[in-house]
Amino acid sequence: MNLRRDVFQAIADPTRRAILMLVASQAMTAGAIAANFDTARPTVSKHLQILTECELLSQHQNGREIYYHLNPQKMKEIADFIEPFRHFWDDRFNKLEAIMKTYQANQ
Amino acid sequence: METKTNVHAEEGKQEILITRVFDLPVELLFKAYMVPEIVEQWMGTKVLKLENYAHGGYQFETTDPRGHVHRFSGVVHEFCLNQKITRTFEMENTAFPVQLEFLEFEKLTETTSKLTMHIVFKSIASRNQLLQMPFAMGINLAHNRLQAFFTN
Repeated sequence: MNLRRDVFQAIADPTRRAILMLVASQAMTAGAIAANFDTARPTVSKHLQILTECELLSQHQNGREIYYHLNPQKMKEIADFIEPFRHFWDDRFNKLEAIMKTYQANQ
Repeated sequence: METKTNVHAEEGKQEILITRVFDLPVELLFKAYMVPEIVEQWMGTKVLKLENYAHGGYQFETTDPRGHVHRFSGVVHEFCLNQKITRTFEMENTAFPVQLEFLEFEKLTETTSKLTMHIVFKSIASRNQLLQMPFAMGINLAHNRLQAFFTN
């Protein structure tokens, strides 16, 4: 499993949460977002890439600039209090499935 | 990320329904609930006892990252091979009341199957408390902080 695409893994990082808070108020370019942090620009880019991969942010081209927008639908999904519970069982059942497939292959 | 598990928790009811379709024959899915060594792997727990028959019981033990030992146990009411398990579930030494679990295993095709877990709680409050356990267990600390941010 690619943990980077895991939305809960994505929001576990304080810098990424700070980025979400920033972009929540208005769409911003990578440069404008990076200006809010002491971290190196490539590090911020990496965070943006992770947030985009798990669909918390979306990119929109505006002239030569790329703006990052918050995806409210995805945010709502994770704000739902049942979601972590569902996620917990989904992880467990994914593990069950993987183990039994290996088991089947070894028979 | 694709997710295949559904949780249905109707407002004002003291039950939940968890459903999941597996890319496995029903016999293999059922086996994952029967064989202690397999249960240990996917549940991430130690199996102290697993008696697969009516009036039998089971007991699991996990150790959290801080080294605290938690035990979970219950008694089996019904056990029908490849079809269903009815059992109680209890977290030992906690304030959580015992719950009743109806597990149904269904063959969909030769290679796919469906599990339906119907859990009945003592009260609506105890159901909601359990639903929020993944927060309490620290699985989703970040989610909490984020939610706090958006509600404050």
